[in-house]
Amino acid sequence: MAKTKILMTGNEAIAKAAIDAGCRFYAGYPITPQNELIAYMANNMEKSAGVFIQAEAEVAAINMVFGASAAGARAMTSSSSPGISLKQEGISYIAGAELPALIVNIVRGGPGLGNIAAAQSDYFQATRSGGHGDYHCIVLAPASVQECYDFTGLAFNLADKYRTPVIILGDGLLGQMMEPIVLAKPQALSLKSQDKPWALTGCKGRKANVVKSFYLKEGDLEKFNLKLQKKYQQIQLKEERYEGLYVNDAKIVLVAYGSMARIAKSAVKALRSRGKKVGLIRPITLWPFPKQVFSKRLTSNEKYLVIEMSYGQMLEDVQLAICGRAKVEFLGRAGGGVPSEEDIMRKVNEML
Amino acid sequence: MKIYSHPKSLRNVSTHYCPGCGHSLAHRLIAEVIDELGIREKVIAVAPVGCAVIAYDYWDFDCSEAAHGRALAVATGLKRVRPQNIVFTYQGDGDLAAIGTNETIHAANRGENVSVFFINNAVYGMTGGQMAPTTLLNQKTSTSPLGRSAAAQGYPLKISEMLALLPGVKYIERVSLHSPQEIMKTKKAIRQALVNQIEGVGFSLVEILSPCPTYWGLSPRDSMAWIKNTMIKEFPLGIIK
Repeated sequence: MAKTKILMTGNEAIAKAAIDAGCRFYAGYPITPQNELIAYMANNMEKSAGVFIQAEAEVAAINMVFGASAAGARAMTSSSSPGISLKQEGISYIAGAELPALIVNIVRGGPGLGNIAAAQSDYFQATRSGGHGDYHCIVLAPASVQECYDFTGLAFNLADKYRTPVIILGDGLLGQMMEPIVLAKPQALSLKSQDKPWALTGCKGRKANVVKSFYLKEGDLEKFNLKLQKKYQQIQLKEERYEGLYVNDAKIVLVAYGSMARIAKSAVKALRSRGKKVGLIRPITLWPFPKQVFSKRLTSNEKYLVIEMSYGQMLEDVQLAICGRAKVEFLGRAGGGVPSEEDIMRKVNEML
Repeated sequence: MKIYSHPKSLRNVSTHYCPGCGHSLAHRLIAEVIDELGIREKVIAVAPVGCAVIAYDYWDFDCSEAAHGRALAVATGLKRVRPQNIVFTYQGDGDLAAIGTNETIHAANRGENVSVFFINNAVYGMTGGQMAPTTLLNQKTSTSPLGRSAAAQGYPLKISEMLALLPGVKYIERVSLHSPQEIMKTKKAIRQALVNQIEGVGFSLVEILSPCPTYWGLSPRDSMAWIKNTMIKEFPLGIIK
């Protein structure tokens, strides 16, 4: 049987995938450009016996997710840049309490109120601990509506596996454009409380459970932090993901993620058709950043071009991965500006 | 005849509370009521930042920490996912009526079927005795060293009276811990708030006036007298809704 295709926006694909993946709690607050997501949840979550709440504030929404996750549900929130800034306190507590959760950031222009155009200026906030404390979120960067759908199920699985918050970092282009997608079999695990023995379900037949991030006794917090660090090392070891295109013989390797990688991919194909040895590395996990692909393939005669809808944030991770062993150049625009295929080709021709 | 037993819901440990503090009493009353209602195995408590943030070390049932002010958002998530469980928050005045005012008003307005135990001691205890939204006029604290002035710092916030305006709120009573009679009334109010939840009545809040001798600069005995003679004038006891 042919697989059915349906036409959706990236925002709707994330929402649909979440419900398909067994997410049964959504709390959010309206903000452009992610409003299709919250509207989809309002229309569909209760039909799937889940909970939808339009929260009074971003801060409340993320803390409702904290509670729902503590209760054992697959839970998520979504927002866009200024709203994600408000959620940082809650994300830090979720990381500190080792709760699984999905946070979707459909990034818009900043700083401040910025605008509602697509941007990639929240990379630092997503990949470094955006709130207080030594923690990381796993960060997934879809580049198509299909990946918006596919990565949402993956995000919940990773969140549950590592008991950690996972961020899907999209942008206004990806959130609002429509593409046909193929629906996968739901990756959902129908979660029962015994799958999450730490969840707060009432202490019947067991000792009382406590969900907390507070360690006041001397030495306890350091011990807990070391436990977190060990988990982050495991994630770095096992969960790096990227897509490579014509990387093996490339003299110039473009590095771009999300929507920007779509444009970079077009530029690579156009340049290849003219015989130029250009390739693309598209990080799929922004944290853990796919360092290994850079260290494995480095030779001294190649150059890198990092392209972002920001003024050089992922650039720093590429520089760290390459560690001075090759030349790294940068092309970026933000605040609504998007480097075009022509801009990229011009820059590559200068570098060749 | 049994005259004393240790509540099953209360761990047999010493608390970190100061001498004469009301928290230990309030913890115990809640534990006794939970035992009496036979709901220990269904309870999920939320203790946000404040003196009682480690209440989970004292209560022997499932507990969640919450960030400062966020208890009712966390409780909303817990209760909506597990409507069959009994969810209550235990919040101080700074938590419930300052940094968490938004969460408080909107959880109440949604009529969340949870119980709220609101400890009003007119001061921030955990951080060392700063002015709270409920600090009385002329009351000296480390951040109102000359005494709270209405002109500079506004009036004590009567959040219970404010919440009573909301249709989603089903029960609000203000009680006190300053005498044995009032302690018994407090226990009755705690029971009412939990029974309401069991029966699906809706949002219930018990405001408990509670002594903080350390940051009031009074002896435990004088603290009880201060509640009786001064605090109650600003925060009158009784059923508000």
